[in-house]
Amino acid sequence: MDKDERSAYSYLRTTKKFPNIWCSGCGIGIVMGALIRAIDRMGLDKNKIALVSGIGCSGRMPVYMDFNTMHTTHGRALAFATGLKLAKPELKVVVIMGDGDALAIGGNHFIHAARRNIDLTAIVINNQIYGMTGGQYSPTTPLEMRATTAPYGHVEPPFPICELAIAAGATYVARSTVYHAVELDKFIEHAIQKVGFSLVEAVSYCHTTFGRLNKIGSAVEMMHQLKEMSISLSAAEKLTPEERSLKIIRGVLHNIDKPDYSSLYDKVIERAKASVTGKEYMRAGPGGLE
Amino acid sequence: MAVTLMQGNEAVGWGALAAGCRFYAGYPITPSSEIAEMLSRELPKYGGKFIQMEDEIASLAACIGASVGGVKSMTATSGPGFSLMQEHIGYAAMTEVPCVIVSVQRLGPSTGQPTSPSQGDVMQARWGTHGDHPIIVLYPNSVPKAFGLTVTAFNLAEKYRTPVILLMDEVIAHMRERFEMPPFESLTVIDRMGTNVPPEWYKPYGDTIGDVPPMPSFGSGYRYHITGLFHDVMGYPTQRLDEINPLVERMQRKINNHLEDILLFEEEETDDANTVIIAYGVTSRSARHAMRLARNHRHNIGLLTLYTIWPFPEEAVMRIGRSARRVIVPEMNLGQLALEVERAVGKHKVVRVNRADGEMISPQMILQAIEGR
Repeated sequence: MDKDERSAYSYLRTTKKFPNIWCSGCGIGIVMGALIRAIDRMGLDKNKIALVSGIGCSGRMPVYMDFNTMHTTHGRALAFATGLKLAKPELKVVVIMGDGDALAIGGNHFIHAARRNIDLTAIVINNQIYGMTGGQYSPTTPLEMRATTAPYGHVEPPFPICELAIAAGATYVARSTVYHAVELDKFIEHAIQKVGFSLVEAVSYCHTTFGRLNKIGSAVEMMHQLKEMSISLSAAEKLTPEERSLKIIRGVLHNIDKPDYSSLYDKVIERAKASVTGKEYMRAGPGGLE
Repeated sequence: MAVTLMQGNEAVGWGALAAGCRFYAGYPITPSSEIAEMLSRELPKYGGKFIQMEDEIASLAACIGASVGGVKSMTATSGPGFSLMQEHIGYAAMTEVPCVIVSVQRLGPSTGQPTSPSQGDVMQARWGTHGDHPIIVLYPNSVPKAFGLTVTAFNLAEKYRTPVILLMDEVIAHMRERFEMPPFESLTVIDRMGTNVPPEWYKPYGDTIGDVPPMPSFGSGYRYHITGLFHDVMGYPTQRLDEINPLVERMQRKINNHLEDILLFEEEETDDANTVIIAYGVTSRSARHAMRLARNHRHNIGLLTLYTIWPFPEEAVMRIGRSARRVIVPEMNLGQLALEVERAVGKHKVVRVNRADGEMISPQMILQAIEGR
């Protein structure tokens, strides 16, 4: 491919009506850029990539990109992706979700997709709030923060997304922020290459709701805050647990090798085919068994 | 092939395999679990895949995902699980992704009576998901029909790019009946229409002759977008009325213009009948027995057995309403399809026979209605 063909533009849908639906200054576009750069770097065939998303601001990402794209229902993207991956194992299936999407309504699907170790790449864009519906608190909204449904401050502790995925059985788990776009490119690339359930948490922000309600400021101020609050994994190891709890820890938190669901199920198919007896063949009818 | 005693649930599993189903995702629930058990055993022998998901919502999602990948897919459940599946029945209808959903009904509402028969999901099968949507619902009344209608369900799903629901009675699901399974190769199996236009010309939701656009699978070189939002011919979200209305109309048209192909029913002795029983599922078998008993007593009784309940076979029922003085509608619910029959033939002509306590409607109950007792 020449350079022009490999530009980000060639991955966008030229027939789609632009501009996109996101507020100007939103971090989702940075994640989209990181995904495109990661795919470009790997030189993958567009026909062999499927993007599956749920509902919310992040759910709108696939439609802008020229792959096999599917915008599903709220929280269920991983369940759709599971079926798609099992039907078409040669596809690289990337699932794009938001924090409310993946961890509230989709929490059950999230842990089970990780437990089964389906060969999927999950990207959770964590802006700590429900942006599209106007700023209600999500499962990752920090304690004491304001949301339109927490006008007196939030009383629930947030879900640690990466730790949840590790405990549930994911093979690759990494976290970065939309400030650290280059690092995000790299983690998404690793995650797509990894066989098994991989997760990249892309910490973002919502200046339109969260920033306004909590008087943090504009997108620029929130971007600065991401930079100040985040710390690399190696630097975090020098901190006390209390100090660490206040930071966004960036890095590859988990990376192990184990057989994915499809490779194990292929053995089931082998065993089942070996067990076919003459009698069962008759029951299936002539030509019934492939 | 040999004659066997086969259970309705098992017959559904074989029907799915015969129709080319190679993916099943489900969640255990009485009285449908034998379908999952049977397919977990048989599907891998055919190179297919079985997966037990975390709930029924995920089960139908996985089926839709597999179908988008080009593999014929099915799930099976019962009332409580069927309630959970409504979200994705709507998604499949809106995105026009073929799939088959089996609901082996149990007495409801709620957890109800898991092992007792009921025909209580008739209206839920039609209107359980929100919004106006086309749907096809088939209803077997025997083990051989369970096999045959499962094949038909797949064929209609593929042909019209729609979810098809197979509603079953617990009695049919668990009853063992004589069945001689036909050789798979003797069956008519319809696969979805692909396309050979250059990828840049392909419109996944375009206006097509017959109103069903071709559907290449993901990964085949046709890259397109699928969304549950209202979409234009390219599948991209739209709020334009001139794009929403054609979609609404085409989705209805693709079913309503093919009713001759979709509506399945059987008439028995309706020519001279002044009273016709309209029934479906296992209740139609009580009705047939009641008809025989009544004919012995020189009552001119006919029977219309419905195998397609949605879309409702309005023309056939209206025709019966014109010739018959009286229409009896026995149902194991408090009167669901009777509402449609009343709409078609007039309320004054309809006699309902109902029970919703987990017991079957006996021929005697119908006979009493015939005799006006």
